Amino acid sequence: MIGAVAAAEPVIPTFGGGGGRSCEQANELFCWGWVDRNWSDVLWPALRQHVELTLIAVVIGFAIAFVLALIAYRHHWAERPVTIVTTVLYTIPALALFELLVPVPGFGLSRTTAEVALVSYTLLILFRNTLTGLREVPAEVRESARGMGMTPRQSLLRVELPLALPAVIAGLRIATVTVISLATVASFVADEGLGTPIFQAINNDVFKTELIAAGGLAVALAIFADVLLVLLQRVLTPWTRVRAG
Amino acid sequence: MPLPGPRRHATSTSSPTGGSTALELELRDVAKRYPGQREPAIPGLSLTVPAGEICALVGPSGSGKTTALRLINRMVAPTGGDILLGGRSVLDRPANELRREIGYVIQQIGLFPHLTIADNVAAVPRLLGWSRDRIAERVAELFELIGLDAGEIGERYPAQLSGGQRQRVGVARALAADPPLMLMDEPFGAIDPINRTRLQDEFLRLQQLVGKTVVFVTHDVDEAIKMGDKIAILRRGGVLAQYASPDEILRRPADAFVAEFVGADRALKRLGLRSVADVALEPWDGVRAPEPSIPRGANLRDALSELLGTGGDLVVVDDHGAAVGVLTLAAVSALIGDDRDDEHDRHGVGA
Repeated sequence: MIGAVAAAEPVIPTFGGGGGRSCEQANELFCWGWVDRNWSDVLWPALRQHVELTLIAVVIGFAIAFVLALIAYRHHWAERPVTIVTTVLYTIPALALFELLVPVPGFGLSRTTAEVALVSYTLLILFRNTLTGLREVPAEVRESARGMGMTPRQSLLRVELPLALPAVIAGLRIATVTVISLATVASFVADEGLGTPIFQAINNDVFKTELIAAGGLAVALAIFADVLLVLLQRVLTPWTRVRAG
Repeated sequence: MPLPGPRRHATSTSSPTGGSTALELELRDVAKRYPGQREPAIPGLSLTVPAGEICALVGPSGSGKTTALRLINRMVAPTGGDILLGGRSVLDRPANELRREIGYVIQQIGLFPHLTIADNVAAVPRLLGWSRDRIAERVAELFELIGLDAGEIGERYPAQLSGGQRQRVGVARALAADPPLMLMDEPFGAIDPINRTRLQDEFLRLQQLVGKTVVFVTHDVDEAIKMGDKIAILRRGGVLAQYASPDEILRRPADAFVAEFVGADRALKRLGLRSVADVALEPWDGVRAPEPSIPRGANLRDALSELLGTGGDLVVVDDHGAAVGVLTLAAVSALIGDDRDDEHDRHGVGA
């Protein structure tokens, strides 16, 4: 309730700005004044870095997982080792993985370390979903593609991959939301992303406004990214929405 | 519904749709042996399908009829013998190219769920690199040919069509590049009986127009009799038991296996191939009431059923309902009897 009252503050022309300070000093639930003053220096840069961290991790993770899935699709034997390795990576606790990577030469406290860890969490989901999507292409569809004279490559590009898209995008949604969430922890090794203000708030006697603002931005970003991917799927896979007429 | 009369396949092999001609298909001792199996799936199959004819390939499960079909477009690689299409071996060129020239229809159809019906039909022309205009023209032509409304159906996805519509689209897709040969593997097997009959009739009508060489696999003897200009019956182990016209196979089954396979009612089935017009009719005296009547186009199997049902003679009427003669039970049995004694084989093509 206090937050709601405070929320009106930046909208109403203030009388000097003193009121905001007292809100922060009282560590009330949420102080819009603080957000307003720290948006361009703290929150916005952190949000941008967070988007960058996420995008890089998902793009690289997808590239690796996609290639691995194609290999496993063509060569069954590849599925087990890839599954084992990616599952192990997935199960390592995030914090532990970050700390494990820091002493590795070339890594240290850097964005690279953060990205390597984040990428490793996307692999299992993206690999599994892409492979499942490809495997679930109906046998008769593959048969008719081959029977009409498509080369394996044409069949893959024109038939199998398009049909695997819904599963691939479903994987991207999970991976993206996961990475957005995990990237807050990545500020342990790289002073970047929304994790930075969150840890700052925790270290600052749990400064509620900053904690809620940064955490809320991470949640909002996750929802936004998810909606974006859902829209992408609707555009790319119109056939999945038709019903028998 | 008018019953289909005796069928004549197109004598001309050129398609009115302005494309390629139908080609003769010849299987020369074609064999398929799978590694590690003692018995070959197909020990050596030889048969010739003349250009523009439908060959119904029929047999019990395990007779290798689908394997035989798939050898022709090299979905299964032959391990022996040769396959000639229009006198040219299909084995000496890339399988993908070959398959683009052979229409292929399978029971599950395998339409591409992510493509509209128009794009499904356009699939092979796209592979062949046709121009956009030519493809659009051909697709429109095919929609007309199969009797579907391009405007209404063309932009839909396969999931929005009924089973019968999907099957028609499957046939249209296979015909898209006007192939000289069509391979059909139980194409109507998953359709309910009423729609199956309609699709069969439609396909025969279509075949009158396009005159393709067709190999039509089915496990259903009645379908084989209906669809085939000739029927190739395979026995278990992939051996050809008989290859002849439906009439010949019903009249003179090559052996006990064929006789059993075509069924004890083969005399009746043969009558199903003939129409009332084939019988020597008694003249109509003009006095007795033209009742009960039967159209001269009706097949003799139905006519016999009517004769037995009414217990008397039937007045045969022409398309305008005018009486043209009287059909008697004696005339029908005489026809069967004549055939039994017939030394000269009218349809007469042996394997």
